[in-house]
Order: sequence, then C-alpha cells, then structure tokens
Amino acid sequence: MNKINSLDDLKRVREEALEKRSKTAVSGKAHVIIGMGTCGIAAGARETMKAVLDYIESEKMEGILVTQTGCIGLCEQEPILQVVRGDEEKVTYGKVDPEVAKRILKEHVSDGKIVKDHVVNL
Amino acid sequence: MMKELSLHILDIAENSVNADANTVSINIEEDSRKNLLNIIIQDDGKGMDSEMLRMVTDPFITTRTTRKVGLGIPFLKEAAEACNGQFSITSQPGKGTCVESSFQRDHIDRMPMGAIQNTFLDLLVGFPDVHWIFKYRIDEEEFDLDSEPIHKTLDGIPLSDPAVLKYLKNEIENGIKRVQRK
Repeated sequence: MNKINSLDDLKRVREEALEKRSKTAVSGKAHVIIGMGTCGIAAGARETMKAVLDYIESEKMEGILVTQTGCIGLCEQEPILQVVRGDEEKVTYGKVDPEVAKRILKEHVSDGKIVKDHVVNL
Repeated sequence: MMKELSLHILDIAENSVNADANTVSINIEEDSRKNLLNIIIQDDGKGMDSEMLRMVTDPFITTRTTRKVGLGIPFLKEAAEACNGQFSITSQPGKGTCVESSFQRDHIDRMPMGAIQNTFLDLLVGFPDVHWIFKYRIDEEEFDLDSEPIHKTLDGIPLSDPAVLKYLKNEIENGIKRVQRK
C-alpha cells in the first residue's frame, strides 16, 4: 500500500468535509455512546456500533460524535446505547441490536423522537 | 462467550483504554509455516502490580467494587490454552501492560479471526484520543494503520464524519482483504 497516496486521499476527504460543513449550518450536534465492556461485546455491541457507523455514512449525517464506554453496570441490558442530543438530557437505551440502532439514529438523533420501547430507566 | 478472536482483541484493547493508555498497539501475526497465530496488545497505561495481575487472570477472584476486573482476560487465556497456545500478561505500575497470546493456527478449536476490520474501526472512531497502532500480518503480507497521521491530516475533522468514515472503512477493509487473500 502506498501510504503517501492514501493520506493524500484523506486530505481530499477532509476538504470535502470542510466544504459541506460550511454549507450545512450547525444543526444541533449529537453524541452517541456505545457500551463496549466485556458484557457489551459479548452481547453484540460491536455489531451495534457497526450499524451506527454504517447509518451515519449512508445517510450522510453530519455533526455526530460516536464514542465508546465500558461497563456501566447494566450488563443484562446490553448492548447499551446512549444518546445526548444538543442540550437535551442523556437517554439510555437497552438491548440495542443493529436494527434498533438504526431506528434510534433515525427517530431520535435525526428527528428528536425518543424510541420509547427501548429506553432503560436508570 | 466470544466467537471471534477479533472480539477478544476489542475487549482487551478496551482494558487498555480504561487503564488511561495514551498509545495502544495491536499486533496480530499469523505464520503458516510455523502454524502459529500470535496476538500482542501493548499499552502505556497505568499498569498493575503483581497482586492485581494475579487477580485479572483468575475469574474466581475479584475485588469487584468498581468492576475493574472482568472476565475478558480469563476468556482469552482459556481460548489460547485450548489451542496448544500460550498466554502471558506482563505489567508494571506506571509503565503499562502487555497481553500476549498464541494459538496453534490450524487447531480445530481455534476461533476464526472474524471481523477484525470492525474491531479496528470501532476502536479508532470510538476512542479518538488514543494513539492506535494496528498491525496485521499473515506470512509476508502486512497491513499497518497508525492513527496519528490520520488525525494530523484531518486536522480537527472528526472520524465520525460520514465522508471520513467511508474512507476509513474502505482503507481498513481493503487492507485486511489484501492480507487475508491467500
């Protein structure tokens, strides 16, 4: 693999991203957090995260931060996914398989409607 | 519990992040002539003393007050030892931890590598503040990925930007495919 070429490609990607950013004004940032402790991974959290990343990519959702966290003590509810949308309070979802993850991104992160049947009350 | 080596790798790497590592390197090497598969995960996190080290490899001893000790390490140890392999964990407080496991590559019980591309991408995107160094080698073919030049080039654009995600996914998937081609 030619690494120099590959980083040049990334530079182009960066410029495209910057251009888009200036066009689409700040549209409320969101933070998606996925539980990746041993319990989460064993329950399929990696596939949940893949679904999140694939959805962001295919729907070209801008301004979404995706990070991971460890076990939060709700192992029986894993995979767990949390959403912080703008200044709104954090919402914790349980048993989030790839299909549920897509729903949360569409209905909650994009449209602001909490996916009630998967909310975990802390 | 876990059906892929790449899931174990994800799990052990999460430990490194939880130990406040700045740099984590994941080195996977498969050697068909020696019939070996080695996985080495090294970090510069806060490390462990000998007492803690003993505890993390024993699933039945746990302090479990803050849930710092999980089952991840015993799982991997068992998997390696079931495949004529070896497992070792070395650590020094303040210096970091190194987890090494080896497997007889063609052992009937050896788990498949699985979706290692997803493990790499998840770690890279999910922990943008960690310096990741990935290396995956099968015989002569090697894939390397260092997060530092990527972040430098992106200069503030997050990895979860859709265009960046697409680029990273392609880069990693193609690299892994090339290594696994045989």
